[in-house]
Amino acid sequence: MLNLKSVFSIALAITLITGMPAHAEEIIKLATTTSTENSGLLKNLLPKFEAESGYKVQVIATGTGKALKLARQGDVDVIMTHAPAAEAKFVDEGYGLLPRGIMMNDFVILGPKNDPAKIRSSKTVEQAFAKIAKSGETFISRGDNSGTNMKELIIWKNAKVDPSFTGYKSVGQGMGKTLLMANELQGYTLSDRGTFVAYQAKLDMAIDFDGGQALANPYQIMLINPVKYPDLNHEGARALSDWLIGAEAQGMINSYKVKGEQLFKATYSE
Amino acid sequence: MNEGWLALLQQALSLLFSLDPEVWSIVSVSFSVSFAALLITLLPSMILGFVLAFGRFPGRWFITNLIQTLQSIPTVVIGLLVYLMLTRMGPLGDLRWLFTQKGMILGQMLICAPVLVAMSQAAFTSVDRRAWETSRTLGASWIRAIWTLCRELKVPLLMAVVAGFSRILTEVGCSMMVGGNIADVTRNIPTAIALETSKGDFAQAIALGLVLLILSLVLNFALGILRGKAEPRSH
Repeated sequence: MLNLKSVFSIALAITLITGMPAHAEEIIKLATTTSTENSGLLKNLLPKFEAESGYKVQVIATGTGKALKLARQGDVDVIMTHAPAAEAKFVDEGYGLLPRGIMMNDFVILGPKNDPAKIRSSKTVEQAFAKIAKSGETFISRGDNSGTNMKELIIWKNAKVDPSFTGYKSVGQGMGKTLLMANELQGYTLSDRGTFVAYQAKLDMAIDFDGGQALANPYQIMLINPVKYPDLNHEGARALSDWLIGAEAQGMINSYKVKGEQLFKATYSE
Repeated sequence: MNEGWLALLQQALSLLFSLDPEVWSIVSVSFSVSFAALLITLLPSMILGFVLAFGRFPGRWFITNLIQTLQSIPTVVIGLLVYLMLTRMGPLGDLRWLFTQKGMILGQMLICAPVLVAMSQAAFTSVDRRAWETSRTLGASWIRAIWTLCRELKVPLLMAVVAGFSRILTEVGCSMMVGGNIADVTRNIPTAIALETSKGDFAQAIALGLVLLILSLVLNFALGILRGKAEPRSH
């Protein structure tokens, strides 16, 4: 006799089997940061890769911290992040393989247009941070363990300032929301240039400090160790990584513009 | 990876019982903001509920239905509304309340009030109108008559308070938009859970979730006991 439970499980099994794509292998799950997704870069690159390779890429856009966590738990096939120290640790611990720097952009310190903490005259980014802390002005921190947040904390450490002064606000939001909050509160914040360009029209803020090389923001793509998680789509992950370092993708990264500004600089060289 | 369920739960419990300052700062923000919103809204809402139940005036039907509708507006919409009012360019921008506890309290008041009004109106409607009229004709003052009524309706009115309080204590949309989730200032339990989950740090999220769960168990069981006393199981 068929009871309700077995009918349900059979129905569920059928749904699962027929509902799955014919080749589950063809999906690549990419965990990456909100900056690559929000800037529109991935929407520009990935359709080309999908057309050429036949793979389908599903993007999970989150902070770098969460992306690394997802990879560590074997929930995604490949990751693209921007936090060199955390990435090195990920590789050292045997989770990540074949880190490749595919592109970079840079961070800038945004603040009120009249620069009340007078950071424009600073020589180094550490000096600029120290001035903000001393001035009593507001500083908005992402506070979400993202690549930008990690970079910011390293700068505080190098500047020998404890980021717990009164004006320091840790908001735990994505880059875009953080910019809007900094704008509302007329405070300073560390942002990647790309998100600032995308949000510029909505903000009454300016780049108060432009650090050049010291604020470089390199992005790496990493594969996940098949020894840890044998059942991931390692072939697809490798294909994506190989394609991104190829001449075509590197060229597309360089020519990608938002509002007339180049956001990322392709950096892969053999 | 030692992040099995049990390990996570263990971490969560140790955060709670070691009185982790970060966790308890979040809990205290949640409670102080929501209590303030509840306290400010309570009396006016109950009065409005009473007026809607007992008064007979044009527009009563309209207001009743409007409040029913407001009850089901998503909290993010209220968050959006409050955000637009409080933003620098908004009509109340000069208050500089955006991303402060005051802003959060304002938002939560707007979320709480319709629940309180609708539920207290239902409670007041449930009593026999004649009881009210009798006590009035017997010479009881307004205040006295209302007080008697409230004592009679202790349980349903408390249920209204608990429902309103639960709604604002657990809502995430408005608090996130208006409060901005600033650590130690406007980060409350729901926004912290959202953040910790997005960071992949589940232990703290679970610890905070447990606080909400325990609280709602306590409140509901307390109400259950009260209700049991008010309506003895007699058949």
